[in-house]
Amino acid sequence: MMATYLRLCWEFFKTGLFAIGGGMATLPFLTNIGETTGWYTQTELMNMLAVSESTPGPIGINMATYVGFTVGGVPGAILATLSEVAPSIIIILIIAVMLKKFRDSKYVNNAFYGLRPASTGLIGAACVSVILEVLTCIRVASADGSLLNSFEMTGGSLLNLRGLILAAVLLVLTNWVKPTKNLHPIVFIGLSAVVGVVFGFAGV
Amino acid sequence: MKKLLELFWTFAKMGAMTFGGGYAMLPILQREVVENKHWATEEELTDYFAIGQCTPGIIAVNTATFIGQKYMGVAGGIAATLGVVFPSLVIISILAGLITNFAHLTWVQNAFAGIQVCVCVLIFNAVRKLWKKSVVDKRTCVIFLLVLAGGIFLDLSPVWYVIAAAVAGIVLKNLEVKAV
Repeated sequence: MMATYLRLCWEFFKTGLFAIGGGMATLPFLTNIGETTGWYTQTELMNMLAVSESTPGPIGINMATYVGFTVGGVPGAILATLSEVAPSIIIILIIAVMLKKFRDSKYVNNAFYGLRPASTGLIGAACVSVILEVLTCIRVASADGSLLNSFEMTGGSLLNLRGLILAAVLLVLTNWVKPTKNLHPIVFIGLSAVVGVVFGFAGV
Repeated sequence: MKKLLELFWTFAKMGAMTFGGGYAMLPILQREVVENKHWATEEELTDYFAIGQCTPGIIAVNTATFIGQKYMGVAGGIAATLGVVFPSLVIISILAGLITNFAHLTWVQNAFAGIQVCVCVLIFNAVRKLWKKSVVDKRTCVIFLLVLAGGIFLDLSPVWYVIAAAVAGIVLKNLEVKAV
């Protein structure tokens, strides 16, 4: 158990140090942790993300707490969260001392010119694998020792039609319909839960 | 000590009131920190928030550390941060325990299967929003596409992309200066 706790601290310290751009930026890191440690599946992570979006508190912290709890109960939750915020505290305390220098630094600004699109790309990749998982029967699998991911089909139909219809409706409601697009995500999460129950989305 | 507790408690309240992460927190911060407590001015808060967005970590935590540090030094930074994360720790631990107990029920599984579709859309929307701010020209578009493809097809820790992108940003901007 001790080894698990130490690994948990290390993985979340890395996440806190390299995830740039807020809570959602931790998602690619959390996906990676799940894949390399086997602590949780992609589907479980999605459920954690949904709960994190629907409860008070910053999403990134909620997800760290949830993953930590899943791995090691309450001590795991505390360790994961504290490890994730530790790099932030250290970095911000350093920056606070030289605030003006940091803001005007050419190197910092140039680095962020490259970092911002990369962070978006990482979240985009996580988004693709999540969409494949939920809406199709194609899975991304990381083979041991190989740099290339492989893609495999699971049983069932290629596309989850009911899921795709719900996704299309939600996409329109959250982006292009004026009265609904500024509603809090929790409204859409609640709506989807009801649709899932009414139409038996899990298929069990 | 009393001041540290006040910092902790104020930020704990803000953490509990925030739904949906850093961006939702800004208006609450303005009211509490600037108008009620006078721990920072409006301009300082805007600065902190801007830097909090582009430094590693959670935006809400970064901003809290800044404000706490300004008010009470290092101890203040730590107290404010612990305050922000405290409600999450309590609420999520309770919920996670509950959900584990009910996860086997059919209707709970159906509800989560529906919610997963919604999460796909929410992540996609987050990418769309970030895209507008981060992909500003052809070169940033190339970086985005390279990282996207790498993230999908390669089994590599995200850490490497972050390091490579920071170096690429500095190199590209330096070449630009030389070319002019």
